[in-house]
Amino acid sequence: MIDQSGDPMIDRELDGNALAGMLEAMFGTDMTAIPGRCAHCGTINMVGAMRAYMGGPGAVLRCPACDGVVLRVVETAEATYVDARGAAYLRFERR
Amino acid sequence: MTERFVTRGFVGRRTPEGAGDAARRVPPGQYLTNDFPVLSAGPTPRTPLDRWSFTIRGLVREPVTWSWDELMALPNRDWTVDISCVTKWTHLDMHWRGVSVDTLLERVELEPSAAFVIAFCDGGYTTNLPLGDVLNGQAFVAWEYDGKPLAAEHGGPARLVVPGRYFWKSAKWVRGLSLVDRDQPGFWESLGYHNRGDQWLEERYSGD
Amino acid sequence: MASPITWRIATVGAIRDETATVRTYTLGVPDWPGHRPGQHVDLRLTAEDGYSVERSYSIASEPERAGEVDITVERIPDGEVSAFLHDVVVAGDQLEVRGPIGGYFVWDVPIGGPLLLVAGGSGVVPLMAMLRHRSRERSDVPTRLLFSSRNADDIIYRDELDRLAAAGDGFEVVHTLTRSRPTGWSGYDRRIDDRMLAEVLEPLGSGARCYICGPTALVEVAANALVRLGLPPDRVRTERFGPTGT
Repeated sequence: MIDQSGDPMIDRELDGNALAGMLEAMFGTDMTAIPGRCAHCGTINMVGAMRAYMGGPGAVLRCPACDGVVLRVVETAEATYVDARGAAYLRFERR
Repeated sequence: MTERFVTRGFVGRRTPEGAGDAARRVPPGQYLTNDFPVLSAGPTPRTPLDRWSFTIRGLVREPVTWSWDELMALPNRDWTVDISCVTKWTHLDMHWRGVSVDTLLERVELEPSAAFVIAFCDGGYTTNLPLGDVLNGQAFVAWEYDGKPLAAEHGGPARLVVPGRYFWKSAKWVRGLSLVDRDQPGFWESLGYHNRGDQWLEERYSGD
Repeated sequence: MASPITWRIATVGAIRDETATVRTYTLGVPDWPGHRPGQHVDLRLTAEDGYSVERSYSIASEPERAGEVDITVERIPDGEVSAFLHDVVVAGDQLEVRGPIGGYFVWDVPIGGPLLLVAGGSGVVPLMAMLRHRSRERSDVPTRLLFSSRNADDIIYRDELDRLAAAGDGFEVVHTLTRSRPTGWSGYDRRIDDRMLAEVLEPLGSGARCYICGPTALVEVAANALVRLGLPPDRVRTERFGPTGT
């Protein structure tokens, strides 16, 4: 693990919980407890455990194992764009 | 459009525009700030200077690479420019030091078909610009902000700065420029943002 | 009933000071559907010219308290929203909220234990909802809270945590302070590290479920340590807060 102590940015590195409202508004269901498989390295993590970078032009969810981009979301004036190519899959369990 | 609920007493951390010169310099739809917000798409890269380099490649007769020391030896100057981010903040009179992209391009021979520039960066970020948008003093590579070495969270050791475009085009952690003949939308341009991003024409989103 | 992601107008009821920089706001939300401990609300503030900001705040209150939710907010220096809440908002004001939101960082009694909760500063808020719920349900699942604060005066919910721990129902709180050591202090006095976590985890065993909440650096240290101590990663759940006072 890279030692990021003293990095002023580290407190701004949040997780999928910070995107929960936006993702639920898009997918119609809570997404934080949904497991996703990283398309870059194959690691599976729940969305709530993925690293989130936000506040810029859009939000980016990254794999905690390899830092690869899993999901990108942009909200423009009229629409929301989602690029999910970084997710090999998202797994929605049926009850 | 539904009417938005207004929160009593909320103004936000914004600098009052005032009249006159400052107000005229704020592009449409922007708010003035004295902050320098840190906004990012990923973890802060940390390339040591002895492994850092800047390259111009693609549709050039021969690619050219500068080490950090070689970049520092190029003619450079102070730049005081206004910066606008698409998230609506504008900061006037930001002070940078760096080298003009003109100076860098003088060191290569462009192929006649070179029409667009793709900036590529540590961490994988890209942004695209027409070649004409980075010539004639419109773009520079900066390594100092406000008289101090550019902090990593703001794109250091060096970033691209294109003051005439929304700040997402001013690529942080830039490692070079690729000259191409066909435009290639970059990280944000490929996901809903405007391909060109002129803040005076309010080119925020594709379709604007 | 409106869905959780619809913005609704809540009315601020009671406001109470927890510490010098931390305040709890009780929000009356029309048609509140109830929530699970650990979930949060999104708050949206809009100025007259349309400028707006959003923030997420964990719900501090237990679901057994119907019809209203508490949020506990630390005033961050230069924090755009927290400064507004502390400096401007009074009882009777209205705020736009949506929620409850979140399904990953959630614990309720049916999930079971043993339970290890690790908090840094205002990261204790969602864990407090879990503890209050646990107490209301009269659960005796073995539970420990490891709580990092700057100074003794900064310990949020200190008295209530002492009361819960005195109930004799299997809950203990372990404090650590990072900036001072008062005379007679019996807790730890350093940043959370591997050794501290091993000691705190020991009575609960490797079957414990863990919830860690606070600043990113603390969350990373604690989560990595607990996995190294043998806890399965899917039993270690994390929530990173933005800059806090710790």
